[in-house]
Amino acid sequence: MSTHTISVRLENKPGALARVSQLFSRRGYNIQSLAVGPTERSDISRLTLRVDCSEHSLEQIEKQMHKLVNVLRVTELRPDDSLERELALITVAVAPDKRADLVALSQVAGAVVADIGRDAITFEVVGRPDQVEAFEELVRPYGVRELVRTGRIGLRRPSRAATPSERN
Amino acid sequence: MLGSDAILRSLEHEGVDVAFGIPGGAILPTYDAIARGTSVRHVLARHEQGAGHMAEGYARASGKVGVAIATSGPGATNLVTAIADAWMDSTPLVCITGQVRSNLIGTDAFQEVDITGITMPIVKHSWLVQDVEELPSVMKAAFHVARTGRQGPVLVDVAKDVQEAEIDFAYPDDVDLPGWKPPRKVHPRQVREAALAIAAAQRPIVYAGGGVLNAEACAELRELVDAARLPAVVTLMGKGCLPDSHPLNYGPPGMHGSKYANWALNKADLVIAVGTRFDDRVTGKVSAFAPGAKVIHFDIDAAEVGKIRHADIPVVGPLKLALAQLTAELRSLAAEHPQVHGPWLRQVEDWREQFPFRYAKQDGILKPQTAVEMLRDLSAGLEEDVVWTTGVGQHQMWAMQYLVCDKPRSFITSGGLGTMGYGVPAAVGVKAARPDATVVCIDGDGCFQMTCQELATAALERLPIITVVINNGWLGMVRQWQEMFYDERFGQTHLTHAVPDYAQLAEAYGCAGFTAETEGELEAALAGAFGAGRSAVVDVRCDPEEKCFPMVPAGAAAVDILEAPEPETEFVG
Repeated sequence: MSTHTISVRLENKPGALARVSQLFSRRGYNIQSLAVGPTERSDISRLTLRVDCSEHSLEQIEKQMHKLVNVLRVTELRPDDSLERELALITVAVAPDKRADLVALSQVAGAVVADIGRDAITFEVVGRPDQVEAFEELVRPYGVRELVRTGRIGLRRPSRAATPSERN
Repeated sequence: MLGSDAILRSLEHEGVDVAFGIPGGAILPTYDAIARGTSVRHVLARHEQGAGHMAEGYARASGKVGVAIATSGPGATNLVTAIADAWMDSTPLVCITGQVRSNLIGTDAFQEVDITGITMPIVKHSWLVQDVEELPSVMKAAFHVARTGRQGPVLVDVAKDVQEAEIDFAYPDDVDLPGWKPPRKVHPRQVREAALAIAAAQRPIVYAGGGVLNAEACAELRELVDAARLPAVVTLMGKGCLPDSHPLNYGPPGMHGSKYANWALNKADLVIAVGTRFDDRVTGKVSAFAPGAKVIHFDIDAAEVGKIRHADIPVVGPLKLALAQLTAELRSLAAEHPQVHGPWLRQVEDWREQFPFRYAKQDGILKPQTAVEMLRDLSAGLEEDVVWTTGVGQHQMWAMQYLVCDKPRSFITSGGLGTMGYGVPAAVGVKAARPDATVVCIDGDGCFQMTCQELATAALERLPIITVVINNGWLGMVRQWQEMFYDERFGQTHLTHAVPDYAQLAEAYGCAGFTAETEGELEAALAGAFGAGRSAVVDVRCDPEEKCFPMVPAGAAAVDILEAPEPETEFVG
C-alpha cells in the first residue's frame, strides 16, 4: 500500500462528481482527500484525489474511472514531476501574553494571520502539503481548536512535462 | 411536437421495433404519444422487472439494444433488478423512466425516487432530462453508450413536464461525448505477441465468454480454434459462441462445469481468455486457477484485463478485429512453428471420455437431467431454431450441461447477477426478437413463481413461449448447499410440488398447461406443449433430492471439483 495523487479532468455536469465518488466507495477504495474546482475551461472541472492503495488497485481505479462517460482524463501525479499545494485554516488557542510569540513564529513559518480573537488566532497557511503539516505540528502545542485543510490540488510541472511525441 | 413525441421519434430513428413497459403517472405523456401512433411495437408487461428482462431477452437474442419503459417511483425501482442484471451480463439496454415534474424534483413528491442515484453503480451512464431541448441529444447518446464499447444498460429519466413541452425535433447525426472513447483498434504488437505465445504453447486452451457473442465475433473465434487446433472451454454466458458440437469445444468450466474443462484450464500452460472476466464461479480459488499458465486476455474493456488475474499479454480492443488478426498472424507463423500441442489435445480428449457429465437414473423417479435431455433431443428434430432461456439454479446448470447449442444467441440466461425469475420474461423478449424461432424457457419452480405473471403478456401479446418448469418442489440449489454444507438443515427451502398447480395456473393465464411425473408422461406433455400453437407450461415433477454435479465447493480450487457420489443402489423408488 502507498498513497497516490490522482488528477481527473471531469465534465462539469450534474452528477459527475457523484459518479466518481460512488465508484470509489463501490469498489472499496479509500479516499484520503478530494479537492474539486473549476479549471481554465468553464465546462471542465478538475478533481485531485489522494488515495491509499496498491499499485494494482491504482491501475484498476484509473481504468474504472476512464469508463465513466463524464471523465475526460485520469493521470497520476507523481511527486517528482508535479506541483502539489494545499491550504489550511487553523484556529489556535492563545492567551493574550503569548500572542506576540505565536505571531512571530507563524511569520517565520510563512503563515498568515487571518483573524484574531480575544483568546485565539486563526492562521492561514498555503504551501506544499509537507509545509502545511509542519506548521500544524508547530502550533499544536499551543492547542489547536479547529482546523480545516482543502486537500491537496496538483498539476504536472511544465518543466517536466513529456514532449508532444512522448505523449502519444 | 411534444417531448413525448420526440422520445418516440428518437426510438424510431434508432431502429427500435419493440419496446417493453408499463405506463403510470409520470410517463403518461409518453404513453399518450405511443397511442397517437408510432412504428415501435409496445409490449405491455405485468411488472416492470418483467419488462426489463424482456428487453434483455430481446437484446441478447437480436444483438440490438433492448428498450424498457416505466413510470417514476416504484415503476423505476422495479426495473432495478433488470438493470443490475444487464450490467453484470453486459446486455445493451436503454431504460426510459418518467420522473415527477421538474419543479417537484427533490420534494419527495408522489412516486418520486432518485432513480439516477439509485442506479448509479449499475449503469454505464444515466441522464435526468429537465430541458426538452436536450432530449434528442440525450436519446442519441443513450443508444450510443449502450451499444458501444462493452455493452450495458443506460437510463434516461425524463421529467413529466419535459414530456409535455413543445420542441422542434431534429435528431442529431453525431454524439457529443468527449469522455466516451471505447477502443476501436487493437495493438498489432500485442496480437503478434499473442500469436507467438500460442504457436509456442504445449498446453494451450481458449477460455471464451459472453463477450464473443456481444462482439459478434463467433465466426472469428471458430476460425481461430480451427486454424490453430486449439481446445476451448466456453462459459455459461458464452454458450453458443462456439458450436457445442464442435469437437474442440470442451464446454463449460467452473462450479458446475465439467471435470475435463476445469482440468484442462488447470493444467494448461497458456490460457487464451476471450471476452470473459475470470468470474469466481469459473475460477474457484483464484490462486489455484490455471496456476502454471501464462494468460493472454482479449477484451473490449481494459478494466477487466488484470482485474482478477494478471494478463501476461493484454489485448484490449474489439474482439472481432483482434481474433481475425490473431488468426492471420498464426497462419503466417505456421510454417516456421509446427504445432507442438498434439499430445495435449489427446490428453484433454481422454479426460472428456473419462469424466463425461453423468447422472444416475433411478427406476420410477423422473430425473431433472432426463427432462433436459429429452428437450435437447426433441429440439434436435425440429426444423426451426430453438432459443433457450433459463432461470437461475440447478435447472440452469443442467441446461448448461446437457443442452446442445450450436448457434450464437441461442442460450440466454442470467449469469453474473444470478437473477431468479429471469427465464419467463426473457423468453417473451426473445420471442419478440425471433418470431421465427421456438422459444423454450427451462425454469425452476422457485424461479417461475417470481415472474410467472408474464405468462399473461406472452398470451395476450401473442408471443408464444414454452416454459418447462423443472419442479422439484424446492429451492433446489439452496437445498443442495444445505444438504452438503449446512448439515442437512433444510431451512425455508421447501416449496412443495403441488402448490401452485402449474398446469392450472397456465390455463388461468390463457396458456396450455401440462403435468408430467414420468418419462412417458413427459414425452406426451412436451409433444402437447410444442404442438399447442400457443404458450404452454409443462410442470415436470421430478426428483427433489437430485443434486447438480460435478461441483466445485465455494472457495475451493476448481481442479478439486467433486464428482457425483456413486448412486445408492439399495434405494429404489
